[in-house]
Amino acid sequence: MNASLTLFWHLFVVVIMLVIMGFYCIFMTYNLIRTLIGVELLIKAVTLLIITAGYVTGHMALAQAIVITLIVVEVVFIVVATGVVIGLRRHNGTLDTRKLRNLKG
Amino acid sequence: MLSFFIILPLVALIILNLPFRALMNRIVFVFASMLALLQTAIASLAIAGIWDIRAIPVSPLLRFNIGVDNLSLLLLLCTGLVIFVTVLVSKSFIPQGETRFNFISMLIIALCGANGIALARDIFSLYVFIEVVSISSFILIAFNKDRDAFEGAFKYIILSAIATIFMLSGIGLLFLISGNMSFEAISVAMNTSRHALLILFAAGVFLCGLFIKGGLVPFHGWLADAYTAASAPVSVYLAGIATKTLGIYTLIRIAVSVFGFDMPISNVFLFIGILSIVVGAIATLTQTDFKRMLAYSSISQIGYIVLGLGCASPLGIAAAAFHFFNHAVFKSLLFVNSAAVEKQSGTRDMDKLGGLSQRMPVTGVTSVLACLSAAGVPPLAGFWSKLLIIIALWNTAHYNYAAIAVLASLLTLAYMLLFQRKVFFGRESGHLASVKEGGWELVVPAIILAAITVGVGVFFPFNLCRLIIR
Amino acid sequence: MQINHTLNSIILIALVASGLWTIMTRSLIRSAIGLALTSAVLTMLMFSFDSWLAGVFELSVCAGLISVVFISTISLTQPLTKAEVIKHMKDRLERFMYLPFLIIIVGVGLSLLKVNFNFQLPSPEIETDARKVLWNLRELDLLAQVVIIMTGIFGVLILFREMRRK
Repeated sequence: MNASLTLFWHLFVVVIMLVIMGFYCIFMTYNLIRTLIGVELLIKAVTLLIITAGYVTGHMALAQAIVITLIVVEVVFIVVATGVVIGLRRHNGTLDTRKLRNLKG
Repeated sequence: MLSFFIILPLVALIILNLPFRALMNRIVFVFASMLALLQTAIASLAIAGIWDIRAIPVSPLLRFNIGVDNLSLLLLLCTGLVIFVTVLVSKSFIPQGETRFNFISMLIIALCGANGIALARDIFSLYVFIEVVSISSFILIAFNKDRDAFEGAFKYIILSAIATIFMLSGIGLLFLISGNMSFEAISVAMNTSRHALLILFAAGVFLCGLFIKGGLVPFHGWLADAYTAASAPVSVYLAGIATKTLGIYTLIRIAVSVFGFDMPISNVFLFIGILSIVVGAIATLTQTDFKRMLAYSSISQIGYIVLGLGCASPLGIAAAAFHFFNHAVFKSLLFVNSAAVEKQSGTRDMDKLGGLSQRMPVTGVTSVLACLSAAGVPPLAGFWSKLLIIIALWNTAHYNYAAIAVLASLLTLAYMLLFQRKVFFGRESGHLASVKEGGWELVVPAIILAAITVGVGVFFPFNLCRLIIR
Repeated sequence: MQINHTLNSIILIALVASGLWTIMTRSLIRSAIGLALTSAVLTMLMFSFDSWLAGVFELSVCAGLISVVFISTISLTQPLTKAEVIKHMKDRLERFMYLPFLIIIVGVGLSLLKVNFNFQLPSPEIETDARKVLWNLRELDLLAQVVIIMTGIFGVLILFREMRRK
């Protein structure tokens, strides 16, 4: 039990780093698909957080069940989001986020 | 028996997808409206105490961890009503055939998801059903596939994804503290645990995610774009279900069952509520597109619900729940009327419209009723819920919040009357000579919703004791 | 399974490094491959924590299915021309340059902070097999998964319908 507690802080730091990377990617990119990659990184970070929480409290089975459901949700989300991105590409001719200014503000 | 609320739409969907394509395309409309009407009927009977809903397991395979209380019944009622109205409105906007079949199937899935939100008893199942409603909202906004629709959908996708990450982080941290996912376990752990800072951080992050999904200020950037870019029946659906179920119902449920009402949380609710009311009301005054104006007005009304919730007294929570129901009714009515106006006159610009009340009498009258209810004029339903919220604020000694709420209510009256005057009264513009009343599918929901507004308002004092929840 | 500290530290550093490479690399296809690589490293971490069921799901779905989705999207939306790519690369570097320094500073700074976490841990769980937990305790999640998959199917039908006709 003690070993898991000392590892906890390092795992939490990695989660924080992945979250910072994901948000940086979403806000600093001009490409629609890279925005989705940033969202994916954030979901990986949260998956790591849930596994960490399960590991520290010892409830590993519940954490695994939650991660499995989360992966299903993530896949459907990405599929629908890429559908919208392909539709945008077809209308605008480009994947540039700076061109998404048609609706005011 | 309770799980039928979720399983029945799913079974209906599977039946509809059997390979009798021509037959299915014709009956899907009737099917969906009957389903929604059935749910409304069951929920309203249950509130009146006639039906006794208990979680009787039908077979060992169908034993779910779900439960219902008065708050869930309220959500089931609102959802059934709004989906019924949306199905009716979609008849004149979406062409017959495969397109309409897909649209109504998507609405049935959204109904299924919203029922799941109402019945869930632990925080992770609540999250997954929230994702179901969110993803079906993305698809519905992008449904007519033009450029604006995709753009609004993409902005909503990114902000919803950020909100999802916040909520999941909150769930992960709460899991760390309590080791379980159900409401009771988490609330027990929150009261007995020693890590006050971690609990505060987890609660704060989770609430931020909910505020983004509900469209409260300062996280409301996606709301106006998504509402205007969507087609008319989708706007009715968004206003009535997507924003309110995801954000507001979950907020009430979490605050009541999990977090409790300590000082910092109720202060946050009060502050964000009053900010949303004021910003939403001021922003409506500068809009020319009436759908956008209605979107900002939604932000303002949802602020009232959160303000009532921030009082942390039983009267405040009951007032917030009542305003939740009223907002579903009058906002859907306003969007249905705007759909009728848009369909018949072909434009959404308020400066170009005018004098429509002679041409479209039913729409005009019901629109006036909805506006007065939104502004809080007696004896309509909106007056009672706003009065209760202000009384609750007064009782808990938040006098300045009550004063600002009353002033904002006057502002609401002002912009609603302005909207009415520009669109329905005043001089008639030249090119609108050929406008007539909308078809039956746009008029009937309007009459039903207006009747509910007036009926609830007039009969409210008699039902006061029965409608108070908790 | 015995927890080997150095192995876990190496896996964690590899996770951060592959995540960083995913963002900083300039072509989209390499970004998608980097995402798959990050999922694979996360799977290794899950295996080291003795959660093999979730690890298998993560590997097969995230590192497999999602990468296929991304790569097919990238090939459906045509790439830029050569001159545009070079101009874009220079512009990109000045925006994304700060990220590795930020990450390294934050990481080193936080891990030197010796925070004391004596968690009051909750009671251990009754059911330790993940499959039994998923099937017996969390049926509502399974139902929700069915609903989400149907949402995804209808979404694909609606959004990609035009392509079939063309």
